[in-house]
Amino acid sequence: MSEDIYREMILDHYRNPRNKGKIEKPDVRIHDSNPLCGDEISIDLRVEGDTIKDIKFDGRGCAISQASASMLTEMVSNKPLTTIKDITKNDILENIGLTNLGPARIKCALLSLKVLKLGMVKYYIDKDPQSAEKLKEDSKVF
Amino acid sequence: MDVHKIRQDFPILSRYLKNGKKLVYLDNAATTQKPIQVINAIYKYYSEYNSNIHRAVYQIADEATEEYEKTRESIRKFINAKYLEEIIFTRNTTESINLIAYSWGKKNIKKGDKIILTDYEHHSNIVPWQMLCEQQGAKIKYVDTDENGYLNIESFLNLLKEKKSEKEKTKVVSLSHMSNVLGTIHPVKNIIKIAHEKNIPVVLDGAQSVPHMKTDVQDVDCDFLAFSAHKMLGPTGVGVLYVKREILESMPPFITGGDMIKEVHKYSTVFNDLPYKFEGGTPNIADVIGFNAALNYLEKIGMGNIREHEKELGKYMYDNIKDIKDIKIYGPQNIDDRGGLFSFNIEGIHPHDCATILNDFGVAIRSGHHCAQVLMEKLDIIASSRASLYIYNTKEEIDIFVDAINHVRRIFKV
Repeated sequence: MSEDIYREMILDHYRNPRNKGKIEKPDVRIHDSNPLCGDEISIDLRVEGDTIKDIKFDGRGCAISQASASMLTEMVSNKPLTTIKDITKNDILENIGLTNLGPARIKCALLSLKVLKLGMVKYYIDKDPQSAEKLKEDSKVF
Repeated sequence: MDVHKIRQDFPILSRYLKNGKKLVYLDNAATTQKPIQVINAIYKYYSEYNSNIHRAVYQIADEATEEYEKTRESIRKFINAKYLEEIIFTRNTTESINLIAYSWGKKNIKKGDKIILTDYEHHSNIVPWQMLCEQQGAKIKYVDTDENGYLNIESFLNLLKEKKSEKEKTKVVSLSHMSNVLGTIHPVKNIIKIAHEKNIPVVLDGAQSVPHMKTDVQDVDCDFLAFSAHKMLGPTGVGVLYVKREILESMPPFITGGDMIKEVHKYSTVFNDLPYKFEGGTPNIADVIGFNAALNYLEKIGMGNIREHEKELGKYMYDNIKDIKDIKIYGPQNIDDRGGLFSFNIEGIHPHDCATILNDFGVAIRSGHHCAQVLMEKLDIIASSRASLYIYNTKEEIDIFVDAINHVRRIFKV
């Protein structure tokens, strides 16, 4: 029910998003949108070695999309870039505590993961095009 | 498979006509009847969760979206496509082929290019290419069929070789897997292999084949496949286009506007992801959902069993009409090479007259040019009669059909 969706944690991340903004000269910047709510998310990454040293997201949209993005930035900050590859749809839904979303709203929740995965592929595409192709295949969120 | 049990699922098959005769439906190549499961699925959508899909966030819209998308997954499995986003909903086979011609064709086919078709194609696999040729300055070449309805592979190879100038290049081959007049099942896997050796993509018109035999797009390796729901127990108004993902990714949209967008600004638009990019506007939700019930029905019986049933019935029909005086049956004699549809003419009797008299017996067959006038010209006939079979037809019905044909001959005194 709606109260389950709009719990304190979601509303908190929605009102006080973590890691919101832009990185000056990021290593990767990637953007995508969700036609349902008109959600937009862009993610900037600064990578050192193989570690995500800084991550910022920017965007606008519904509470689910923005809170999910905020929580995702916390989840991957200071982790190896390759961990992004292994994050599944269920990881996100469990992380934000919404495992019951319908087919429409689930796209709001997963938009930031989709953007992040695209970002990872983009980062590798110049460095190692072949494995980037493979990553792209493995990175499908929907 | 138990045909009599199957028949109970089709309400229309117990219908009596105005003259008191029971319907003997033998026009399955045009459209098939619908089982109660399909009718109920449509009824259920309209009476329980009618709503628009993909956008709204309330419960019944979620239900509608889920059911609609389930059909896409069923189709993927049914034709063994690798990826879900390779399945696009259209209105029918014709629209699917138009989508290919207008989107892929306009981008890839240029002045002087060649498009290879066959002389047995349905108009839906001729006219869109003619329109494209007119716009782009390309031209169509036809592969011949021989007198028994088999494709002349030599003529195909010659067309591939033929090259008037360096600029002239075959850009696409488009053909039906099964002819809707001759019934021939063509060796498309081999044709596709030959075309691919020259890097030429192949469009397969599966309108007649997909409903009647197992289709595996990864095995035949076609680049495009078009077919219609209503010829396989599903509702009218739903077509399918399969396109290999790497090709689909490079294609511009066809119908633009609602639902196929991600962001629209005053002077620019970001298109939606595959496959939605190709599904502009509110689709035929109810009938797509109904189609899923049809696919489940066919899967339950098994496409192999359906093919066997049609071969058995087809042989029975062929054996019972082949000796009728002055009858000419078109297409292969070997039932292994053909589907359960038979076009024929009886000398001195126009097909429309034949079909009208058959109607007195409750027998529904098609008469006319079957949207294949190029083939009619080649066969040097203006029309033919066509009887076509499906899962619910029986030998008893074929007996009624044969009696009726003999009656036609008596009336015309031939």
